[in-house]
Amino acid sequence: MYAQLVETGAKRLKTLEEMSPEEREFQMKVDAETKIEAKNWMPEGYRKTLVRQMSQHAHSEVVGMLPEGNWVTRAPTLKRKLQLMAKIQDEAGHGLYLYSAMETLGADRDEEIDKLHEGKVKYSSIFNYPTLSWADMGTVGWLVDGAAIVNQVVLQRTSYGPYSRAMIRICKEESFHQRQGYQILLDMMREGTEEQKQMVQDSINRFWWPALMMFGPSDADSPNSQQSMAWKIKRKSNDELRQMFIDQTVPQLEFLGCTAPDPDLKWNDERGHYDFGEIDWQEFYEVLKGNGPCNKERIETRKNAINGGAWVREAAKAYAEKQQQKQQNAA
Amino acid sequence: MADWPLYEVFVRSKHGLNHKHVGSVHAADSEMAMENARDLYTRRSEGVSIWVVPSSAITASSPDEKEVLFDPSDDKIYRHASFYKLPDEVGHM
Amino acid sequence: MSNDITQNEALQEYLLRLADSDMILGQRLCELCGKAPALEEEMALMNVALDLVGQARNWYEYAAELLDDGRSADDLAFRRDAQYYRNALMVEQPNGDYAVTMARQFFFDAWHYFTLQALTKAPDERIASIAAKATKESQYHLRRSSEWVRRLGDGTEESHERMQAAVDDLWRFTGDMIEADEVERQMFEAGIGPDPEQLVADWKGLVNEVLTEATLTPPPEGAWMYRGAKEGHHTEHLGFILAEMQFLPRAYPDAKTW
Repeated sequence: MYAQLVETGAKRLKTLEEMSPEEREFQMKVDAETKIEAKNWMPEGYRKTLVRQMSQHAHSEVVGMLPEGNWVTRAPTLKRKLQLMAKIQDEAGHGLYLYSAMETLGADRDEEIDKLHEGKVKYSSIFNYPTLSWADMGTVGWLVDGAAIVNQVVLQRTSYGPYSRAMIRICKEESFHQRQGYQILLDMMREGTEEQKQMVQDSINRFWWPALMMFGPSDADSPNSQQSMAWKIKRKSNDELRQMFIDQTVPQLEFLGCTAPDPDLKWNDERGHYDFGEIDWQEFYEVLKGNGPCNKERIETRKNAINGGAWVREAAKAYAEKQQQKQQNAA
Repeated sequence: MADWPLYEVFVRSKHGLNHKHVGSVHAADSEMAMENARDLYTRRSEGVSIWVVPSSAITASSPDEKEVLFDPSDDKIYRHASFYKLPDEVGHM
Repeated sequence: MSNDITQNEALQEYLLRLADSDMILGQRLCELCGKAPALEEEMALMNVALDLVGQARNWYEYAAELLDDGRSADDLAFRRDAQYYRNALMVEQPNGDYAVTMARQFFFDAWHYFTLQALTKAPDERIASIAAKATKESQYHLRRSSEWVRRLGDGTEESHERMQAAVDDLWRFTGDMIEADEVERQMFEAGIGPDPEQLVADWKGLVNEVLTEATLTPPPEGAWMYRGAKEGHHTEHLGFILAEMQFLPRAYPDAKTW
């Protein structure tokens, strides 16, 4: 859920002639790949769509800490524990970069987080799936972060300056995440026991389809894509990105010595791409609606953290005010 | 969070370079802002120096004023070293 | 602990104490993942946890070399049961509310910082170099946790009450942490560890100062102390911490790699 399913409010694209002079100037800037900055004039729809997209992206990073947090207390070696901790910390950091970029548009972080807790906005549906074994830490890093990177690499060229800069930073930092995940799986497949190998295959079986769903509905069912593409806050279609991901992932899967739970997955010489089976879109929409295995738990955890921490934040604020008062009295 | 104000963060990456704006953090006070900035923006030892400034204290030029503020200097090419052509024999200056 | 242990045995024991305390507190902080009271604190807590587990690894590696009994650093962390763990009772206490988390952190950081500072001067170069890096990290932890003790102590009425309760509740575990036994005295005499009297004085001085600034009442001198960690007698919490932390190596004893 990065740029895959973001409401734009636009049912069809305006032509340059139909636009107001400001809109036309804006669109020409975007077309010329000039970055839009916080203080530039922008259409209200662009601003709203961006806030929605960036907040969803940020929420995804933050909620995305939880499936991994589920295993950080059970990491099997010191090295793996440190790697996982660093990765989770990066995710919190990436959430913060994105909220920070979002706030340049005048949006309020607390308000956007409230919307998340009230179930009014979405986050990547993948994080509503449970992590059931240690191998999931490998699969999440390899498949889930891998899919996210495919999305995020193109978002580095997004038209909004602060968003683009946050994405550049995030992509740079995330380069180790996918490798870390793949290495977990590779080590178990190469040197692990039979049980460990089964753990890996089982994990891939569970995450394969949900990872493909991360790219969002197929292009035919993405009514908002056209406007987002015109605004260049989305740079490639859902299906294009999904195909890219599959093409780069299948050889890695084969190298592991594992299989995908898709009998239709095979190389198509004519297309120069892998063919793959039909995604279960009913499952996708149900998980998105809140009926996934962990939707309630994930939101509950975040709500408890923020609501339960209210007294802490208030105390810090009260203390800061007292200190300021003291300084003023002393001066 | 809960009214913790926003601070803009500037990081100097190496000695000799200017501080560069990297983003923002929320914090209850400036000490906390400094620590939060350190934890967020220098996790990979990106910085040797950090400034935090309350966002409310920053006045930004509006891009719409760009022409008024910045265009006048566009033609003052004599401010730039490359304006001055020196004979090659002078060497690097 | 009998009086006639060799210096090498004392050193091994001492290194395990340092490692175990780092490890268990790091583990406790890991439990807070996704549950911190603000996103910025999420970063900060994980940062401290990363430092601590990193330090634990350094100490375990050195201990494993000295023990030289075929156990690796990972074996020491993941295959010893509670009675062989030597962490301070303080760090195994549950996270509680944020006042407990920060009071526990502050009590530990103050002890940790003064201890590490002394260790930087150890004639053993390995210890000195691990401590040199760790001291810088610990200094930062101490700054953060003492600020939080002040903030919560002198924040709102609610936070003040919670912080006072946390201090009162955790106080009984401070003696176990700061007061030296035979091993620690031996480390001091060998020029490695801190001067036991000085350490207690430094710790009490700093703790009193911060608690007072935080408008908190320090517990009375001579308050009763609960001890035992140095002989492997812990509180009930440690068993559960280890059950979770050591689950994989225990459930898959044949696994050689992860």
